[in-house]
Amino acid sequence: MNLTLKIWRQADSSSKGQMVDYKVTEISEHMSFLEMMDVLNEQLVNSGDEPVAFDHDCREGICGMCSMYINGEAHGPDRGVTTCQLHMRMFKDGDTITIEPFRAAAFPVIKDLVVDRNAFERIQQAGGYISVNTSGNTQDANSLPISKHAADEAMDAATCIGCGACVATCKNSSAMLFVGAKVSQYALLPQGQVEAADRVQNMVAQMDLEGFGNCTNTGACEVECPKGISLDNIARMNRELMKATVK
Amino acid sequence: MGGFFKSSIGRKVAMALSAFFLMFFLLQHLFINMLSVFSPDAFNEVSHFMGTNPLVQFALQPVLIFAVVFHFVMGFILELKNKKANGVAYARNNGAANSTWSSRNMIYSGLVILAFIVLHFIDFWFPEINTKYIVGDMSGLHNGEFRYYHELVEKFQNPLRVGAYVISFILLGLHLAHGFTSAFQSMGSTAGRKKNLQTFGKAYSIILPLGFIIIALFHHLINNH
Repeated sequence: MNLTLKIWRQADSSSKGQMVDYKVTEISEHMSFLEMMDVLNEQLVNSGDEPVAFDHDCREGICGMCSMYINGEAHGPDRGVTTCQLHMRMFKDGDTITIEPFRAAAFPVIKDLVVDRNAFERIQQAGGYISVNTSGNTQDANSLPISKHAADEAMDAATCIGCGACVATCKNSSAMLFVGAKVSQYALLPQGQVEAADRVQNMVAQMDLEGFGNCTNTGACEVECPKGISLDNIARMNRELMKATVK
Repeated sequence: MGGFFKSSIGRKVAMALSAFFLMFFLLQHLFINMLSVFSPDAFNEVSHFMGTNPLVQFALQPVLIFAVVFHFVMGFILELKNKKANGVAYARNNGAANSTWSSRNMIYSGLVILAFIVLHFIDFWFPEINTKYIVGDMSGLHNGEFRYYHELVEKFQNPLRVGAYVISFILLGLHLAHGFTSAFQSMGSTAGRKKNLQTFGKAYSIILPLGFIIIALFHHLINNH
């Protein structure tokens, strides 16, 4: 298939960017979106131009590195996938595809389609952990009974790969789905209870400090999340913060 | 506790709490106004009670005014903060792919409702306050009869006003279509995401504005004199 690409080009964080048009030809419908980008970059390198910078790592949908806002949606038009798992069969021959970086004041552009998502790391560092030494003295799993329901929900929350699609999609650039998932994965388990109050208060405080917006419950994040993280996690985070406040 | 209401989530909770109060207020407002369609006498009696009862006037009314002002001011503050949190605007953004129109445009439906409240205050609230507390006439009478029903019918003779009211109520419906279940979510309840409450929320956001529209149209078209 032959495509027209409209791609955000920005030399570095301080320069002003702009949309630039490119043509790619003979793209296989079996290619992933990133492979299509590789074809474009090869073309650019061969003609002596600067290739388009974009984040990627595992290319199997688990690392959360690949981003891109494709045709007005985080990770493109498919559901439950990251950009590396988005296939070109989702597009038609002759299509014009708009490719932009994830946008949020807290996710500044580093170059082209690469954004700085370290704000997520700082939120994690504020409380997304348990202070138990787990090496060498692991206790028997059966000594801590956890209901199947809680275990499943905690595991679902823990599948968040921190890609930032929720923030990119949100009209308010809110990080509450991410933080909700990170708070929930511990809030549902006994191991998380000791630091529960501090965790939610510190993580929410850091989230606010990073300049993310306020959730208005549009639910767009849940739809665009490649891991299908549920809005229930935001409700749980709200409950946890209320509990921590009155404690 | 002060820290809680300064946090992003605390503000959401405060928005939801004021929303619950306002949604309950709207419901009782509709019930009382509905009386004007079925029984002018009953409408007059209840209006006089609501207009002169000290508990309603000096306890509930200030709470209502506070809730209204708070909901608007906080709504604007949050909108401004959210705009600041956005980076460069997307060249192409397909919001309809993942969310409803009403959820993305609460600020605009809210602005229409604010404009409506200004009109509504000029129409009914300021004249009431003037008659009762400035002129000092607490009787509720005009020429020996209760004035409330007559004043209501009089106001709905103007087609422009009726049109403005109807448009505002439609926007109120859209505001509630998202706001009703959203308030539960903000309070940390997943009930708003379950079928029962979603159906109830949909019914509420359709029936309530429709009720107000019917009242306005009834007095304009059928009760015309």
